[in-house]
Amino acid sequence: MADIVSTVVANYNYWIYITLMMIGLYAIIAKNNLVKKIVGMNIFQTAIILFYVSIGAKKGATIPILEHGHNGHGYNVVHAIDYVNPLPHVLMLTAIVVGVATLGVALALAIRVYNRYNTLEEDEILAQIREE
Amino acid sequence: MKITGLIIVILVGGLLIYAAADFPAWSDPASPASTYLSPHFIEKTIEETSVPNIVTAVLADYRGFDTMFETTVIFSAGVAVFVLLRTFRRKEPEIRHYRHVLTGVTIRVKKGGKIPPSDDFERIDGLWTPPDLIIKTVCRFLIPFIQLFALYVIAHGHHSPGGGFQGGVILGASIILLAISQDLRTALKRIAEKLDAVLCAVGVLIYAGTGALCLLLGLNFLDYGALASVLHVDPITARSHGILIVEIGVGIAVMATIIWIYNNLSSGGKYNQGL
Amino acid sequence: MLWPIDLAILTLVVIVAIGALMVKDLLGAAILFGAYSFMMCLLWTIMGAVDVAFTEAAVGAGASTVFFVGAVFRTSRRTKD
Repeated sequence: MADIVSTVVANYNYWIYITLMMIGLYAIIAKNNLVKKIVGMNIFQTAIILFYVSIGAKKGATIPILEHGHNGHGYNVVHAIDYVNPLPHVLMLTAIVVGVATLGVALALAIRVYNRYNTLEEDEILAQIREE
Repeated sequence: MKITGLIIVILVGGLLIYAAADFPAWSDPASPASTYLSPHFIEKTIEETSVPNIVTAVLADYRGFDTMFETTVIFSAGVAVFVLLRTFRRKEPEIRHYRHVLTGVTIRVKKGGKIPPSDDFERIDGLWTPPDLIIKTVCRFLIPFIQLFALYVIAHGHHSPGGGFQGGVILGASIILLAISQDLRTALKRIAEKLDAVLCAVGVLIYAGTGALCLLLGLNFLDYGALASVLHVDPITARSHGILIVEIGVGIAVMATIIWIYNNLSSGGKYNQGL
Repeated sequence: MLWPIDLAILTLVVIVAIGALMVKDLLGAAILFGAYSFMMCLLWTIMGAVDVAFTEAAVGAGASTVFFVGAVFRTSRRTKD
C-alpha cells in the first residue's frame, strides 16, 4: 500500500499531463463543432510540449543562459549540473511555431467548409453530403 | 461517437499512466535525458560559439538544419492559407458605400454613379462603425514602441531569452494591432500584399543562402566558421555572427507569414473589410 | 521551484481546458483558449524554460487567439455542442 502511495506522490505531475492530453484527444474525436475540434488539437499539442519541457527540469538549477558570459578569452569552468537541460527547449520551440502554422491552415479550411455548407456542425455537414 | 471516444481515451490514458510508473523521478539531474548530449552543449557552447544563450546557439548552430526546414514549414503554411482562401473575383457590388471623413456621413452610390475622386471620401463595405478615437490614438502611440521592442528581442537573442521567432511574431503582432485598431485597408497601405509575400520568401532565402555561402567557401552546409574569411574575424566570432544573420532571416519570414495569415483569415480572402 | 504554485496552476490549467471545450459560444472558447495558453506560459517559466515561455506568450496568447477570433467572425458564433 505504501508502495502505491509513494508511486502516486512521485509521479502525479505526469498523470496531470496525461489527463490534459486525453482531454484534447477526446475533443478531437467526440465534439461535433469544427472549431472545438481545432481547440482540442491545440490543447493536445501544448500538453505534449509541457510533457517534454518537464523532462528537462533539474532540481536547484538555473535557466540555460550562461551567467558569466565571456570575459576575454579566459572562460570559467561550467558545470552541467547547474543549468537546466536545454535540449528539450530547442525541440519544443520548433513545435510551437509549427503548431501555429497548422492552426492557421486548419482555420482556413474551416472557413472554406462554412462557405460551402453554411454550417460548422459535423453531423449537419454529413447529412448535407449524403443528400447530394 | 461520444462513447467510442470515451473508450479510446480511457484505454490510451490507462496505457500511458501505466507507462508513467517507469519514468525517472521528476527533476532528477541524472535522468537519461540529461546525460548523453546536453552536458556537451552546456559546457562547450561558450568556447565554440561565444554565445551565452545556450538555446539560441543550439537552435541556430548545432541544430541549424532543423530550423531551416521549420522556416520552410512556416512559409508553406502562409502559401497554403493564401491558396485556400484568396479570391480575386472583381464583381462590383450593386450599391457602394462611401463615408465622408470629416463629418461621418455615409453615402450610398448605385451601380452607375460616380463620385469625384478626392481624399474626403473613403470606401467602406456594408454599414460599418469606425473604431473609437481613444483606441485609435493609443494604438498609434504604442505601435512604434512595440516594433522597437521586437527589434531588441531579435538583436539581443544572444544574451537574453529571445531570438528570431519571438521577435518576428511580435513584429507581426504590431501590424495586426494596426489592422484591428483602425482598418484592414490602412494596414494594407503600410504593408502591401505583394511585399508581404516577397518578404516571406526573402526570409527563407537569407537562411538557405547563408548555408550555401558557407558551402561555397569550402566547409560544410551551415557551418558558420567559413564566414571568417568574409567577415574578417576569427572562426568563433564568425559563428556568433552567423547565428545573428540566420535569426534575422527567421524573424523576417515569421513576421511576413503572421501578417499574411491574419489578412487572409480576417477578411475571408476578399481583402475588403477586416474584423 | 515552489510546489504549491506549480500544483495550483496545473489544476487551473485543467479547469480552463475543460471550460474552453464546454462553452456554447465560440468567441468565449477562443478567449478561454488564450487564457489556457497564458497559463501554460507561466508553468514553463516556473520550470526554467524561459525561451519556450516567451514564444508561447507571443504566439499562443497573441497570434493564435487573434486567428481564432478572426475565423469565428467569418463563420457562425453559436454552437449547439
